[in-house]
Amino acid sequence: MENNSLQQTPLISLKQAVKRYGYMQALKKVDLDIYSGTSVTIFGPNGAGKSTLLKVLSMQCRLSSGELLYNGTPYKKISDDFRHKFGVISHQLYLYSSLSAFENLKFYGSLYGISNPEKKGEELLKQLDLYKRKDDLLRTFSRGMLQRVSIARALIHNPEIIFLDEPYTGLDSLAAQKLSTIIKQQIEENKTVIMVTHDIETGFFQADNLLIMDKGKIVYNRQKSSINIDDFRKEYMSVLGVEAAV
Amino acid sequence: MSYFKVIAAIVKKDILMEVRTKQVINAALVFAVLFVVVFSFTMEIGSNMEQKLSGGIFWVSVAFAGILSFNKTIGSETDNGSFEALMLAPVDKSAVFFGKVISNMLFLFLVEVILIPLFLVFYNVNIIGHPLMAVVIILSTYAYSLIGTLFSIISVRTSSKEIMMPVLFLPFMVPVIIAAVLATNVFILGGQIQFSYNWIKLTAVFDIIFTAIIYGIFSLIIED
Repeated sequence: MENNSLQQTPLISLKQAVKRYGYMQALKKVDLDIYSGTSVTIFGPNGAGKSTLLKVLSMQCRLSSGELLYNGTPYKKISDDFRHKFGVISHQLYLYSSLSAFENLKFYGSLYGISNPEKKGEELLKQLDLYKRKDDLLRTFSRGMLQRVSIARALIHNPEIIFLDEPYTGLDSLAAQKLSTIIKQQIEENKTVIMVTHDIETGFFQADNLLIMDKGKIVYNRQKSSINIDDFRKEYMSVLGVEAAV
Repeated sequence: MSYFKVIAAIVKKDILMEVRTKQVINAALVFAVLFVVVFSFTMEIGSNMEQKLSGGIFWVSVAFAGILSFNKTIGSETDNGSFEALMLAPVDKSAVFFGKVISNMLFLFLVEVILIPLFLVFYNVNIIGHPLMAVVIILSTYAYSLIGTLFSIISVRTSSKEIMMPVLFLPFMVPVIIAAVLATNVFILGGQIQFSYNWIKLTAVFDIIFTAIIYGIFSLIIED
């Protein structure tokens, strides 16, 4: 991130960001710059503020105070159309169980103004090995299959920034492998990928930048190239005040 | 995507889901029919009292059926977090809201269409006996759907959503229910038609004011 800062305006920038839910402060004066084409993984214990940070970055919720900028423009001045750049994959599926996989993709494709959502939907379902089940209602799908449809939903409009909130939750090994392949593919296509996860191994290998959050603050922010996974695991444990397992 | 195309996409999706599950219509209709039929047995058939009360029974049954219907339609959006996905889409958030309002309105129309012949059978009253009654039904059903959809969206995020929705919705709807009942009574009881005009105007003004307010502030409501 330090090298990039000399070259360009951050794609997403948070300045002194505070998010409160009633008396609870989920984000405490967070500063963060994310550059286009980078892959960022956010680690942290439960309740650290990771998902809130992701929701703020993807404009799903409003900051209580502080600034959120996209390419240097305050998000309040950004049009609805800007959200076309966002794709969100979460442990929440964002799907309709009484529609088929194909109908779900067609519906979301039409909301994103895709010219031919049917074709794009079919392509994604083929890529995710779900084409044979495309006309089946989602209520007949397993959790892993649903998550694959959810991945297709998030990617149907070819987003530039992909937000992943605990995307591996409840996935079988096939679905997890598919998801890893797709994330890798998106990174190779120079997309910006921002992921929240507890899984150190998966999160570490898919990241350019590693963040650790604790109690609403970013307590660690480094480039992956400067650290190996074992050292990172030790640092993660020490940041959280836990002895690393040998 | 244009504002009206978003509304059309939401309505089309909701109708398709309802055709498959029938959960909204079943819940709302069973309640409304039971309400109307049970009340009919408390009064003498064809009595003056029955005629006087039928407007009130009609609109109160629609209001309660609406509460069930709104909770179901908004619940189907929140079950898998789909509502968040709709809010993430690069479209005007109020278009999504008005799409849900129109879906709810269509479902309530269906309930009303089934209730109207029941009033003929059980109360000997023709609810839709005057053409202006169609205006009352359209304006009042829109008001029910508009406020009902808004409060369903707000209350679905609370821990006591089933209680919160009617607690918020019913007090707000009192002026519309009164106006609808009194306008309907003018037609049922054969009063002078011009007495209904003020009630129709009141409902129309309610619709216009709240449509404008919600259009203006919906994205602010939903982002927090």
